[in-house]
Amino acid sequence: MNENFEIVIGLEVHAELNTESKIFCSCKNEFGAEPNTRCCPVCAGMPGTLPVLNQQVVESAIKMGHALHCEINNVTKSDRKNYFYPDLPKAYQISQFDVPLCGKGYLDILVNGEVRRIGVTRIHIEEDAGKLIHDDQSGGTLADYNRCGVPLIEIVSEPDLRSADEAKAYMESIAEILLYLGISEAKMEQGNMRADVNVSVRPRGQAEYGTRAEMKNVNSFSAVHRAVLYEANRQIEILSKGGTVEQETRRWDDVKGKSTLMRTKEDAQDYRYFPDPDLLTFVIPAEKVEELKVAVPELPLAKTQRYMQEFGLSEYDATLLAGQKQRATFFDAAAAYNLCEPKAIANWLLGDILKVLNDNKQELEDTALTPKNLAEMIELIEKGTVSGTAGKKVLDTILEKDIAPAEVVKQKGLAQISDTSALTAVVDTVLAKNPKAVEDYKGGKTNVLAFIIGQCMKESRGQGNPAILKEMVEKALQKL
Amino acid sequence: MELYKQTATSLAVMLRSKEVSATEIAQSTLARIKQVEPAINAFVAITEEQALAQAAVVDKQLAQNQPLGALAGIPIAVKDNICTDGIKTTCASRMLEDFVPFYNATAVEKIQAAGAVMHGKLNMDEFAMGSSCESSFFGPTKNPWNTAHIPGGSSGGSAAAVAASQVPLALGSDTGGSIRMPAALCGVVGLKPTYGAVSRYGLIAFASSLDQIGPVARTVDDAALLFSAICGPDKTRDATSKNFAFDGKVEASVKDLTIGLPKEYFGPGIQPEVKLAVEKAVEELRQQGANIKEISLPSTSYALSAYYIISSAEASSNLARFDGLKYGYTANRAGLDLTELIETTRSEGFGHEVQRRILLGTHVLSSGYYDAYYKRAKLLQLQIAAEFKAAFESCDLIITPTSPSTAAKLGEFASDPLEMYAADICTVTVNIAGLPAISVPCGQSANGLPIGMQIIGPKFSEQTLLNTAKCYETAVGGFAVAEVQA
Repeated sequence: MNENFEIVIGLEVHAELNTESKIFCSCKNEFGAEPNTRCCPVCAGMPGTLPVLNQQVVESAIKMGHALHCEINNVTKSDRKNYFYPDLPKAYQISQFDVPLCGKGYLDILVNGEVRRIGVTRIHIEEDAGKLIHDDQSGGTLADYNRCGVPLIEIVSEPDLRSADEAKAYMESIAEILLYLGISEAKMEQGNMRADVNVSVRPRGQAEYGTRAEMKNVNSFSAVHRAVLYEANRQIEILSKGGTVEQETRRWDDVKGKSTLMRTKEDAQDYRYFPDPDLLTFVIPAEKVEELKVAVPELPLAKTQRYMQEFGLSEYDATLLAGQKQRATFFDAAAAYNLCEPKAIANWLLGDILKVLNDNKQELEDTALTPKNLAEMIELIEKGTVSGTAGKKVLDTILEKDIAPAEVVKQKGLAQISDTSALTAVVDTVLAKNPKAVEDYKGGKTNVLAFIIGQCMKESRGQGNPAILKEMVEKALQKL
Repeated sequence: MELYKQTATSLAVMLRSKEVSATEIAQSTLARIKQVEPAINAFVAITEEQALAQAAVVDKQLAQNQPLGALAGIPIAVKDNICTDGIKTTCASRMLEDFVPFYNATAVEKIQAAGAVMHGKLNMDEFAMGSSCESSFFGPTKNPWNTAHIPGGSSGGSAAAVAASQVPLALGSDTGGSIRMPAALCGVVGLKPTYGAVSRYGLIAFASSLDQIGPVARTVDDAALLFSAICGPDKTRDATSKNFAFDGKVEASVKDLTIGLPKEYFGPGIQPEVKLAVEKAVEELRQQGANIKEISLPSTSYALSAYYIISSAEASSNLARFDGLKYGYTANRAGLDLTELIETTRSEGFGHEVQRRILLGTHVLSSGYYDAYYKRAKLLQLQIAAEFKAAFESCDLIITPTSPSTAAKLGEFASDPLEMYAADICTVTVNIAGLPAISVPCGQSANGLPIGMQIIGPKFSEQTLLNTAKCYETAVGGFAVAEVQA
């Protein structure tokens, strides 16, 4: 990247909401069904049918507005965006033009240890269009209207992003928040989330923005990153050669890793927006707006910062924990029992437990592990009732069934032995079995001590208290 | 006895007293429809099979002494822009010549639930755009009083079928006068309900903010009966529907009512014969006890412009879905790309008047023109509504002519669409303000063509409108019925 130029990025993120039914009819809002089995006369735009706005959509959008600190407009006004395309059966999309549900706001994102505040221009609600599918048999194109009328929110950012990393972090952060609010599946690979990426470049120090190009069809977090870099380089190259960047819309091809021209500014469509006469503007009661604000949970960045300040977690660990709602909720619940060090909970969650989950391709909720059991298990270790090694055995059990860790310790006889009289035989046996190690120790290689203690742990089936064993071994060796 | 001549109200009584069967009514009606249809051309489709089957169901209910719906056994026909499950719904357009909906309009569901017997679909101006019923792809409907004349439009088929005693009841739709105007020109009763009183679900939209389904009948009682069956909220399917109920009972009374006569509606544009007839009818109401006063609605002269901008803008968007790709007419695809296919389909599938309005509507919504046209028209709409509201502070109802003239000759408007647009001058303000209005016959011109009087009320004042209309009907001893020269 040419360091003489600054990249300026604004994102328009479309997220499908996970409401029960579609935005204007009672069809199930469901991904992946057989083509044209999740549509009705209304979402298929048949003559004479009319839309009725799903209140759940309004509520979800307002929640997102609160999460992004937006002004909430308190009214729903719907407008028609008119254009002809076979995936749009009414030939207009019901959207919001001059009065979006949510106005100005912002999102703080954490990039490379620094908090960056990204302005949000607006959030509005609209309906999704259908999908066109190429038909190999006929060579023609078929339309699937299942997606018609799936509710979308469009979150428009200010041109405040300055790098591909920031753009990607912003997208990821939007996805995390959608999941935290429980209003979208936020899966880019399923098309739940899509982004139009506006990129311009300008010589460093220049106040005015450069001419922007908008890229459509950017469908993954890493594609956002790649698309920004590609487009910025393309524009820098033009400018470096003394050319001018044209305002245009381009299509991103992630497979080829490049964008191609869709249309220039001259070909821009006139959408002839006007208020949809089928949907009356209505006021959302202030109490309702307030009620939805209260319903917004603590969000990832706030959690990350709290984990760092309150529990002394590293930024890396805190981000990893807070970034996933289930994980963070689990952590918060386990910590709330006040049985053990929260940091230990984080270490277990992000260490042994994450490894098991990754190995088995599982999520936390796929296991039997409860926050209480995990906290109790760590408490047993911290109190010295079991060793860390035995703790791992307890973990294996409580991942599989909901059973009190103390009970596991009892059943499996995993309690740590700190009684020296019970450990004397263990130490004697290990020293007798390992004459070479004893010899080495005496010869001054004191680092074999760890090996001998390890053997003692093994001999005690993990139950021996390592600190006490160390003391005993040292004493015994000196006596020899 | 010729059953087809009976009103819906009297048929209901005769049926319940088992004087006649629903099948006998249907047979008499079907015979009458076929007898005069060659002269009138009110129907796009006659649903004989369905009529006889539905009549048989009513007869069975009657035989088993089951409770009957309010419209049980009563013949009805429906304007062809109102969706009927399994029956072609064409909007009198080549574009929808073969379109068969698989869902019913709410109004159709309601009349079926009330036991009405469906006799067919009625002719209209293409997509309800017109005031003469001549723009139908299926040819013009003729006025039953004189078949050389238009029946008015766009619900010309509805008014003509009722006037010709083909059916006692019909459903029409009214966007700028499309029920009232043909009702006036055909000498029948037509009610345009308050916007939101009847669900629009299943009415193929022309101008969504103005469209309203309403009844056409030969008597006020019949209109009230049909209106009571179709009105009411439909919140899950039409966001613009309102909580409203009407029990169908009408009392012939104008007691304590003040009626305003807006001077702008009695000016030079009104045919002298029409003006005289309406003034005579107002005098009759005065004698029945109403107070009469002159009022003013100063923005009336701007109403037509506002109406044609708003309605065409909405139409340009509503009719965009007819692209030949999903249903309806498709042009020959050979050699055409997607854009060309859509363009050719729309050029061939829509008639001239529809294309004219789509172009006008597209223009007024275009970037750079929106503020000058659409936005100003919407401001005018507010102004006109405010003037009506103010007028209703000092009077209960307003009376005007329904149409400035009696029915024109067929073909008279063909050369000048603006002249046809001017025929809506008395009716469009009502739609713009979302008000209810009824047209009732009030005499005839020297050459025997009917004249209509329009009674306008505040929102949801249908009861008062119907009471007043019935008071006039009773005072003049009922309305004349056309003798069709078959």
